[in-house]
Amino acid sequence: MIQIKIAVCIKQVPGTTEIKIDPETNTLIREGIENIINPFDAYAIEEGVRIRERSSSEEVEVIALTMGPPQSKEILKEAISVGVDRAILLSDRAFAGADTWATSNTLAKAINKIEDCRLIILGKQTLDGDTGQVGPELAQRLNIPFIGYASSILEINRNKMKVKRLMEDRYETFEINLPAAISVVKDINTPRVPSLRGKMKAKSVEIPVWDANQLGADEDEVGLSGSYTQVVKIFTPKIKHEIKMIEGSPGEQVEKLYKELKELNVI
Amino acid sequence: MRYLLTEEQQMIVDICRQIVEERIIPVRAELDEKEIFSWEIINEIARSDLFRLFVPEEYEGMGTGIFEICLATEELSRGDLGIATSFAASGLGLIPILVAGNEEQKKKYLPQLASGKKLAAFGLTESEAGSDAGNIKTTAKRDGDYYILNGTKQWISNGGEADIYTVFVMTNPQKGIRGASAIIVEKGTPGFEFGKKENKLGMRSSVTRELIFTDCRVSKENILGSEGMGFIIAMRTFDQSRPVIGAQAVGIAQGALEEALNYSKVRKQFGAAISSFQAIQHMLADMATNIEAARALVYHTAKVIDSGEKNITRLSSMSKIFASDMAMKVTTDAIQIFGGYGFMKEYPVEKMMRDAKITQIYEGTNQILRNVVALDMIKRGVV
Ligand SMILES: Cc1cc2nc3c(=O)[nH]c(=O)nc-3n(C[C@H](O)[C@H](O)[C@@H](O)COP(=O)(O)OP(=O)(O)OC[C@H]3O[C@@H](n4cnc5c(N)ncnc54)[C@H](O)[C@@H]3O)c2cc1C
Ligand SMILES: Cc1cc2nc3c(=O)[nH]c(=O)nc-3n(C[C@H](O)[C@H](O)[C@H](O)COP(=O)(O)OP(=O)(O)OC[C@H]3O[C@@H](n4cnc5c(N)ncnc54)[C@H](O)[C@@H]3O)c2cc1C
Repeated sequence: MIQIKIAVCIKQVPGTTEIKIDPETNTLIREGIENIINPFDAYAIEEGVRIRERSSSEEVEVIALTMGPPQSKEILKEAISVGVDRAILLSDRAFAGADTWATSNTLAKAINKIEDCRLIILGKQTLDGDTGQVGPELAQRLNIPFIGYASSILEINRNKMKVKRLMEDRYETFEINLPAAISVVKDINTPRVPSLRGKMKAKSVEIPVWDANQLGADEDEVGLSGSYTQVVKIFTPKIKHEIKMIEGSPGEQVEKLYKELKELNVI
Repeated sequence: MRYLLTEEQQMIVDICRQIVEERIIPVRAELDEKEIFSWEIINEIARSDLFRLFVPEEYEGMGTGIFEICLATEELSRGDLGIATSFAASGLGLIPILVAGNEEQKKKYLPQLASGKKLAAFGLTESEAGSDAGNIKTTAKRDGDYYILNGTKQWISNGGEADIYTVFVMTNPQKGIRGASAIIVEKGTPGFEFGKKENKLGMRSSVTRELIFTDCRVSKENILGSEGMGFIIAMRTFDQSRPVIGAQAVGIAQGALEEALNYSKVRKQFGAAISSFQAIQHMLADMATNIEAARALVYHTAKVIDSGEKNITRLSSMSKIFASDMAMKVTTDAIQIFGGYGFMKEYPVEKMMRDAKITQIYEGTNQILRNVVALDMIKRGVV
């Protein structure tokens, strides 16, 4: 049987859309907030598992990867409970403080170590960092094609795939050679509920941890020291709300509104 | 209230709860209104391995016992009884194979049912044979290596959607009850057709249909146990399945209590939340107390069955009677707490009451089960 290895990159994020920032220290308040799989990454996992389920002529193996602190093992276990075959945690003190550059470097080294990954699936972006850059940077480092915002995988075999992606005003369909990386949007599927066998497997599975040494990464190319950007300060913008009621006949209202908008340089 | 569940049992509950919250609750009103049988949700239940709970490990199941089946059924019923019935009816259809099937039959049918890719159904009732199940008229005449089936089964849950049917037939009508047999019939067998879908008061997301047999030839290999064992197989199946109906009742009641409690805290009359009125508080307290009592009885019954105890008919009947009567009362009171809003389809509790009613009727009406309890007690003493 032809083998296809698929790597799914997932990230642990605080399970809330209302990120609270400590105004004193300008850091994220993490207390009382449980960590979850970055929502877009759940679609990435599901897509990997679905490719395996619908392949009859190929043997597909789906591997979940995350770079994060030791407790991000939990999201890898969750990935196993919904059908991922195995998972690897990339964890090392030296990885802390990574920006997208250092993150994509660490992920690229891990993917090279796995060997012969034909497809890498990522989420469109994360809830916290929110840059959407890790996917393209990773593809760049591996020197493989990247398709962002994939909304449907139409065909796939070991050497090629046909993928549809969602743009603001249109869909685009590409045929690309594999290996390649894609990032996925919500339209691509509905992530499943964990299975009982999956949960049992997740409970007992040993998740290997790869550190900088095992990845053959120098200290200065990972984590904070390998990062070109640093988050110096995070703050909540003060949003000013002002409401002005415009009166008069509909015609007059339109006139006044037009003038106001013009003065505000909105139009 | 917390029951001391093992890690695996808690996983079952968590999975069912996630399916209920994410997949069932958002669509249940529509499934009810339009009478939709949702394969999408059944497939999700199947993917989550829940059908495996009915089947032992050697046939690709994860079955450990009736208790785990009750936990799953209770939780699914909290979301929608129709879906919980489609789930449980597949179990009801396969229990006869577990009870009386030979190795080949088990190997052939159980793995596909464990995966949930196929559903089973249980065909006993006929128009003239409801409580009086011994009065079935569907016949199976031996003809060489085949049986030829003729007759009509009525109100069969999963009818038309299931692939595998356990059908109760008369192989020897002269012998009455001792002439009944159970036989497996697969969908698609020539001479096996389905009647119309019934339009029901409740449980409308489940399908209930006739099974119509006209000179339907079924291999003699499909008979369960031996000729004449049909009635015993049916009764042994019900002994195991009745607490599952009890679990359905506990689940619906739990759902109704949750709705009623939440509503009582937000509905204001006379300047105060109605939950501040003692009349409402006492109703809520009684609902909660009766649910707990029923749950305790259902769980206890399931555990006694799982312990291998043989005399389970009485306890299993009691668990169904008590829990279903409780569910009817609790869902009715939930509407009372909602007042006029509870009577409206915009709110979920009227559906729960319509759904709850069936638990007093199917798998033995509560009158019949009271007969069973009393007769068993007269025969064996109170013990
Ligand atoms: C508030 C905030 C702002 C930040 N701003 C910047 C910034 O402007 N520039 C910058 O370089 N860094 C920034 N960072 C750091 C950045 O979030 C992380 O360092 C980086 O590891 C991941 O970038 P991202 O979260 O934006 O991921 P994205 O690029 O949005 O993620 C896309 C996909 O990449 C994959 N992925 C991302 N991270 C991992 C991981 N650790 N393990 C496995 N897969 C992963 C997932 O599939 C994810 O869906 C910021 C962090 C925070 C908390
Ligand atoms: C939605 C639905 C789904 C069903 N699914 C299935 C299925 O999957 N498979 C299947 O085989 N059947 C199924 N049934 C049939 C169900 O099990 C029967 O309806 C039930 O056994 C009662 O039979 P009956 O309706 O003919 O009532 P009857 O037997 O006609 O009873 C009418 C009334 O008389 C009472 N009564 C009857 N005899 C006595 C007595 N001796 N003493 C005291 N009171 C008595 C009953 O309690 C009841 O109140 C289903 C029914 C419904 C409504």
